[in-house]
Amino acid sequence: MTTEVAIVGIGMHEFGRTEGVSGMDQGVIAVRRACSDAGLSWEDMQFAFGGSMAAGAADTMVSLLGLTGLQFINVANGCATGGSALFSAYNTIRSGVFDLGIAIGFDKHERGAFRVNTKGSGLGDWYGASGLALTTQFFGMKINRYMHEYGITPSTLAKVSSKAFRNGSLNPMAWRRKPISEEEVANSPMLSYPLTQYMFCNPGEGGVALILCRADKAHLYTDKPVYLRAAAVRSRRFGSFEVLAPSIALEHNAGPTVDASKAAFEMAGIGPDDIDLAQLQDTEAGAEVMHMAENGFCEHGEQEWMIQAGETEIGGKFPVNTDGGCLANGEPIGASGLRQVYENVLQLRGDAGARQVPNNPKVAYTHVYGAPGISGVTILSR
Amino acid sequence: MARVPVTEGVFTWPSAKPALIGSRCVKCGNHMFPVQSGCPKCTGDTTETVELGRRGTLWTWTVQGFPPKAPPYAGDADPKTFKAFGVGYVELPGELKIETRLTEADPEKLKIGMEMEMVIIPLCTDENGNEVVTFAFAPVA
Ligand SMILES: [Zn+2]
Repeated sequence: MTTEVAIVGIGMHEFGRTEGVSGMDQGVIAVRRACSDAGLSWEDMQFAFGGSMAAGAADTMVSLLGLTGLQFINVANGCATGGSALFSAYNTIRSGVFDLGIAIGFDKHERGAFRVNTKGSGLGDWYGASGLALTTQFFGMKINRYMHEYGITPSTLAKVSSKAFRNGSLNPMAWRRKPISEEEVANSPMLSYPLTQYMFCNPGEGGVALILCRADKAHLYTDKPVYLRAAAVRSRRFGSFEVLAPSIALEHNAGPTVDASKAAFEMAGIGPDDIDLAQLQDTEAGAEVMHMAENGFCEHGEQEWMIQAGETEIGGKFPVNTDGGCLANGEPIGASGLRQVYENVLQLRGDAGARQVPNNPKVAYTHVYGAPGISGVTILSR
Repeated sequence: MARVPVTEGVFTWPSAKPALIGSRCVKCGNHMFPVQSGCPKCTGDTTETVELGRRGTLWTWTVQGFPPKAPPYAGDADPKTFKAFGVGYVELPGELKIETRLTEADPEKLKIGMEMEMVIIPLCTDENGNEVVTFAFAPVA
């Protein structure tokens, strides 16, 4: 394992709905909190990578934070926007261009399911007009096929959501902090069969900022440095099954998550057995189930007994989505991938409070997935 | 009242046996839908326009249980009158899998692997009083 880049400051604006505070202001608050966490000021930042999907160009936040002249690059990469900002910051430090900088993600979306920009996605108007341009349909269809092939039951999907809300209730930054029982999840309105209302996350608001520096200087800013061992982003290959696809090939390809995961494990020089906890993309309950296998943490179908046995609970053998995931935090797209890393830094520092994973976890994993078929993975260790 | 297609160039209309219009790569034979000029499989840059098969099997499915946002949706999005509709991928043998509305919306009656056939269904009425139609797949009786 190489030890070249450390995360020395983390900041977050509460996820959920914050009336009267713009998405960008939530990003600014996250930046200030990250600086405070590291004992640094905005003037110390040598570079920034930042992005949002719906809340404005990130670089304009310098007029709120201070016009210090730093290199600020906007990142726009769909659901992997935050992950791409972090990837860019990581490699900027690894390459020796700068010693210390910041990755920022924030967003603020309208209520309800995402309204798909069919033109921006390269799709004809007929597609949305005919009632096909809904990402929720893709999630229903992907897990329905998966359940058919691998024997996952509706009860397992309900258990995933119920765990998310239970973990969210232990997280003061989460949006949904009220536990919801497995029965309530199963009996909520069926939005896109087999997925019910409480099995889906909602578009939301929030901001996250992470300060990175050369590992050999980390001790200047923190007593508990967390090292970034790998950051990988991959796009889809021919034959993968993705959102908003009017057609898919007969050939099957495993998808970008499998590729990003393999690349990250290779970079870190470790394997899935070495991971103590993971934050996995849970746009809906089925996604968490499928992503456990796609990221290499089990064989397809093994999730059924693992989840039924409680292995992915905070006190289980392999805790997943300890902060409540997208299900309890909502999905401000630009910030979502960085929220996962924020949670893992807290867990590895031992600062996760009521939701702390026991026995001093050492290595933690994050995974984002989203439109139009893109995945980002990070591996952190202390 | 005329029946007009939701768009030109996606399915043959009017036609006694309407079919989806796709592309076939002249280099590797890969099928694409809708029509496109380049091939994502072999990176070839020449394709020919073809009519796709009208029958296939249901590869996966869901039921759209809430009204989609309108626009872009052109059908009935009024929560009071909205009717749930099926959506699935139908595998056309030797060609590809097509995302499509289904005429069946009852989970009890939809089964992965069942035989499906292409049909034309009404979607909405346009400002000129024409009935706008789109494509769907129906279980083969
Ligand atoms: Zn080709």
